[in-house]
Amino acid sequence: MKITDIFQETYSALISNKVRSGLTILGIVIGIGSVIAMISIGQGAQNSIESNIQALGSNLIIVTPGAQKGVGVQISSGRGSAVTLTNEDASVIEAQVSGIRAVAPDLSSRYQVTAKGTNTNTSVVGTTPSYIDVRNVQVDTGVFISEYNVKSMSKVAVLGPSVRDDLFGVDVDAIGQTIKINKITFTIIGITKAKGGGGQSQDDMIFVPLITAQKFLAGSERLSTISIQAIDQDSMADVQAQITALLLASHNITDPTKADFSILNQADIAASASSITDTLKILLGSIAGISLLVGGIGIMNMMLTTVTERTREIGLRKAIGAKNKDISTQFLTEAIVLTFVGGVFGVLFGWGASLLITKFSTITTQVSLSSVLLAFGVSALIGIVFGYYPARRAAGLNPIEALRYE
Amino acid sequence: MIECKNISKTYTDGEETPVLKNISFTINDGEFVAIMGPSGSGKSTLMHILGALDIPTSGKYFLDGIDVSTMTDNELADVRKNKIGFVFQSFNLLSRTSVIRNVTLPLIYAEVEPEEREKKAITALTQAGMDESRFNYLSNQISGGQMQRVAIARALVNNPSLILADEPTGNLDTKTGDIVLHTFQTLNEKQKKTIILITHELYVAEHANRIIHIRDGAIVEDKKNDNKRFIHHTHNL
Repeated sequence: MKITDIFQETYSALISNKVRSGLTILGIVIGIGSVIAMISIGQGAQNSIESNIQALGSNLIIVTPGAQKGVGVQISSGRGSAVTLTNEDASVIEAQVSGIRAVAPDLSSRYQVTAKGTNTNTSVVGTTPSYIDVRNVQVDTGVFISEYNVKSMSKVAVLGPSVRDDLFGVDVDAIGQTIKINKITFTIIGITKAKGGGGQSQDDMIFVPLITAQKFLAGSERLSTISIQAIDQDSMADVQAQITALLLASHNITDPTKADFSILNQADIAASASSITDTLKILLGSIAGISLLVGGIGIMNMMLTTVTERTREIGLRKAIGAKNKDISTQFLTEAIVLTFVGGVFGVLFGWGASLLITKFSTITTQVSLSSVLLAFGVSALIGIVFGYYPARRAAGLNPIEALRYE
Repeated sequence: MIECKNISKTYTDGEETPVLKNISFTINDGEFVAIMGPSGSGKSTLMHILGALDIPTSGKYFLDGIDVSTMTDNELADVRKNKIGFVFQSFNLLSRTSVIRNVTLPLIYAEVEPEEREKKAITALTQAGMDESRFNYLSNQISGGQMQRVAIARALVNNPSLILADEPTGNLDTKTGDIVLHTFQTLNEKQKKTIILITHELYVAEHANRIIHIRDGAIVEDKKNDNKRFIHHTHNL
């Protein structure tokens, strides 16, 4: 039997049962489509988390107030709630720890911000000039907070691009204009460059001088974080150990398990985040895998029905000279074509679904070539696996009995 | 040429049931033979052996000098493909498929080049008396008599040594059945085709030139048909 004939036979067999073929294909479309869509969500979530972590800065160590509660889930536990980190701690670290490039203490809190009739609620970060290096912030227009601003408690503010867009409109030059944070007037001196990333993005922040924030906004000397940039990757562990020892000593704590502060480094955050997203991907992938399996069983079901229905036809084909191999090839091809067509439409469907998810949710999904190839491979495999048994059954029919079958 | 030498077939399904007992006969090229017997006589089993769908338990069956009686499944499939054309009681056409495609079906397995298939199919359909205007009709759009003509054309298309017709008029009314029988007679006379007709009806058998009577798995009579029936007036369907 020629290959073109096999496909011709397959085409006419499938087309003569359009509804059943269509529904069977639909099962595979949904299966493959959900694999593509789910993996794209997982990939998107991973990318977004990774870019957020990268956006934090490089070689970063973060000290937060409150007890150490482990890495990951408790990243912000106790942040801002306990007054255990002060300007003094930041100065001590800067003065006594070796192997650091910069230290940036900050006090962050959410406030209602107004400007000429518009208003927004956003994160206001009181900090020092070194924040720009430590947290990898870039100024787009204007200037960042200066040492002088901090010392003189200037009421100046640097806006993230999202805040500027919210308050003044997209790409409006806001420098020199004023905003009110917690009813106190601040003059805008700069706008930071857009960095992207979801969640608590740096684009959606207002930076003010640290002392200004402590005196006029919070009314307390506390810090929410101290960000430290180590000189390189290798010195991170050493710097972290020095800071721990130093802060324990200056806070008069002898038992390290009772520390009133937490230290996190970027690598820990990245590792825990990637373990979360990996789990997420596996979870989403297995849900989609189940629907693919159900689709595959649908193929097998249809093929078995078809073989029974076409028993006489199989008998006839054998009578006119078809060998067992010809019959099994024909039915296996039917199964593979069903899954292949389902695979093509499934990829399109999954792709479309992931585009819609990107459009209507905060997750930017990403369809990877590998997931498309995987989906095709799996769909072809499903055709072979679930088509094999029905095809064998068809080929094994006795022609005499098949011809008599009613 | 067909040569059966002491063919026996026994089904062993728990107990042994002998279906054919020591059957021997020879059919020469160009003969039109009816194998006749009541149901249960073993004529279907004999047809399966003659049609290379089954092999005898003992004895030899030579088709064109080749011993078919000890072949494997694949070898039997090749014999059916190249040497035998079947016509069944219930036509067994592919449903919702054109007349032409039904006839070309055996050529797919015979690996005949696509360009030649249609030519061969048209020749076979013409020989089977099928009206050209209906070549592209679907198999479910034509009458029973026409269906059987398509089935005959399908049997003819690969130019087999032997046409085996198993109760070809069983599903047809008398008038339509006559037309089919006439088609066989014409094929035998004009194309010199070897035809074996299996039936339980004497009326049908009497259209052949020779009748082999079978009863209880053995030949009871094998002689020339002296009062051959001819169908003179056929109406196109």
